[in-house]
Amino acid sequence: MQYLDNILFLVLLIAGFGLFFKSLKEIYRNIKLGREINRSDNPSERWKTMATVALGQSKMKKRPVAAFLHMIVYVGFVIINIELIEIIVDGIFGTHRFLASIFGDTLYGIFTATLEVLAALVVIAVVAFFIRRNGLKIPRLSSIDLKGWPKNDANWILVIELCLMMAFFKMNAADWLLQQSGALAAHGSFPVSSNLIAPIFQSFGFSDGFLHFIERGAWWFHFVGILFFMNYLYYSKHLHIIFAFPNTWYANLEKKGKFNNLESVTQEIKLMMDPNADPYAAQPEGAEPPAKFGAEDIFDLNQVQLLNAYSCTECGRCTAVCPANITGRKLSPRKIMMSTRDRVEEVGKNINKNGKFVDDGKKLLNDYITKEELWACTSCNACVEACPVLIDPLSIIVEMRRFLVMEQSAAPQELNMMMTNIENNAAPWQYNQADRLNWANEN
Amino acid sequence: MDLHIKTMAEYAAEGKSPEVLFWVGCAGSFDDRAKKITKAFAKILNKVGVEFAVLGQEESCTGDPAKRAGNEFIFQMMALTNIEVLNAYEVKKIVTACPHCFNTLKNEYPSLGGNYEVMHHTQLLQQLMEQGRLKIEGGAFKGKKITFHDPCYLGRANDEYEAPRVLLEKLDAELVEMKRCKTNGLCCGAGGAQMFKEPEKGNKDINIERTEEALALNPKVVATGCPFCNTMMTDGVKHFNKNEEVEVKDIVELIAEAEDL
Repeated sequence: MQYLDNILFLVLLIAGFGLFFKSLKEIYRNIKLGREINRSDNPSERWKTMATVALGQSKMKKRPVAAFLHMIVYVGFVIINIELIEIIVDGIFGTHRFLASIFGDTLYGIFTATLEVLAALVVIAVVAFFIRRNGLKIPRLSSIDLKGWPKNDANWILVIELCLMMAFFKMNAADWLLQQSGALAAHGSFPVSSNLIAPIFQSFGFSDGFLHFIERGAWWFHFVGILFFMNYLYYSKHLHIIFAFPNTWYANLEKKGKFNNLESVTQEIKLMMDPNADPYAAQPEGAEPPAKFGAEDIFDLNQVQLLNAYSCTECGRCTAVCPANITGRKLSPRKIMMSTRDRVEEVGKNINKNGKFVDDGKKLLNDYITKEELWACTSCNACVEACPVLIDPLSIIVEMRRFLVMEQSAAPQELNMMMTNIENNAAPWQYNQADRLNWANEN
Repeated sequence: MDLHIKTMAEYAAEGKSPEVLFWVGCAGSFDDRAKKITKAFAKILNKVGVEFAVLGQEESCTGDPAKRAGNEFIFQMMALTNIEVLNAYEVKKIVTACPHCFNTLKNEYPSLGGNYEVMHHTQLLQQLMEQGRLKIEGGAFKGKKITFHDPCYLGRANDEYEAPRVLLEKLDAELVEMKRCKTNGLCCGAGGAQMFKEPEKGNKDINIERTEEALALNPKVVATGCPFCNTMMTDGVKHFNKNEEVEVKDIVELIAEAEDL
């Protein structure tokens, strides 16, 4: 019976990680629903981008307050996770503070003290974030985009992080008190919890037995909390802590102004312009039917665009700089990304239920993203420039416009006029091409 | 003053080829306001002695507005037509006063078979200045407050923020920056084919938002580098009845003015 703890720990660990990898596999499957796109050129540039933008958070600094707080939580998160190694070893083998035996007491003291200081900073940052999000009226954080789950999600993340840090402090405080009374071997140094939390415990005059209970309780809470949080990512914008990395790696390295040219169209135009082409030629045997032009649903978007949707942290920097949104239009690049993810997840659930996708009568276009949003975009690239993880909302907007125009002929009337003009007289206005050089002789 | 502008066809008939092709674009050819920018730039090129030609009647829309509106067919029709003409004349180097033409020619034509060295007019002028061929003597704008509105398709789309500013500094003007400039520049509202349609429902027009920001600096001149921005900012300044005090001018117009061309 003495191994009951260890067995329970191992079962939870395997279940927690198992469930997590199952979710990741499902997301991978969903991303694969998109069209293939080759984004593995120039790997050295891609690794560099990932290192500076995801690891180094170079694009965060445009908003210094958020950047500073975020950096604290990020560094804290990464370093505090080293402690996860200790938790796992202690949990499986029933050791206590296993890293002390590896590091030696001096180094372990520095290590635990560092963790404590970082955890305290994380608490401060998380509280500041909570106040920023709920108290201060920051437009991008209190926008209509976040109504319902997204707003709660953001707050849950902060609450869970706070609870995890609190458990960490309680555990250390109880441990430290037990070390003082000699009930446990002395390992580590705990500047925060021994000064702030331990006195509270002392004032209650807890017995050693109860302190043991607190220490174990907090340890288990911390461990189960981590597993819970890991599996919470699947439902949350917090997924960015993983996806920011592949997302920046696969980012577009071309100039932002460069849109792709559709090869299927090029074939058509070349046939049209070729005087020797036979307009009545039958399709060769086994010819693929031409692909759909543009995108009406997530299956028509490419895999990087779907990865973008999963990587979005809903921070709203894109929407905050979008000229259409600033001036009160319906378009919000953040909402474009959120809608895309919502639709991908809906399709994913559909596949889980039916084994394959069964038409549900819905589409990304109209059911999630309206024409009004799509036609308000000035293609100015402010949103692309603003994104701290290099998401490209503009490419989705353009792909959907292409569908509207080339598959449905559903452009706004004035744009049809403009396009007719270009087709007929090679300019967007009704002027004769023969008059193109008149400016040279006018005064 | 009558400008003599040579076409590519004339050069070809003489068996010669110019140093650079000036791509005028639809706005520069037909829009009354933008024609002034076209002329100012042509005059500067003439003065510096740059041998240039235009396509004239053989020029078609690059296809930019159609492409941004989602009509890949019309875009590629225009692109392939233009590429045929450009390649027939063996054009190597193109300069244009329109960032939209610039972006399309530079970034979207290569994969369709059109490979040229493409420059925005500010980039060419900066190059001519570095070569010592263009000398801008300030004076006319000494101490005048000028603010520059970054065209999205030159700035964010193609990472060129310096060339226009280098030229403005040569004018001895006092360059003041709007809060939203360079990578954070705010669009004038005309890109992505918006120029050709009514805006969606909102509470303000984008060019009004941008003009407010520019006027808050009390500039003498709002400098632009794009015919569409120029139209949008001019309308914005008129909206505030400031067209007496504040001028909206393309950078090449300012240079032409400083040089008395």
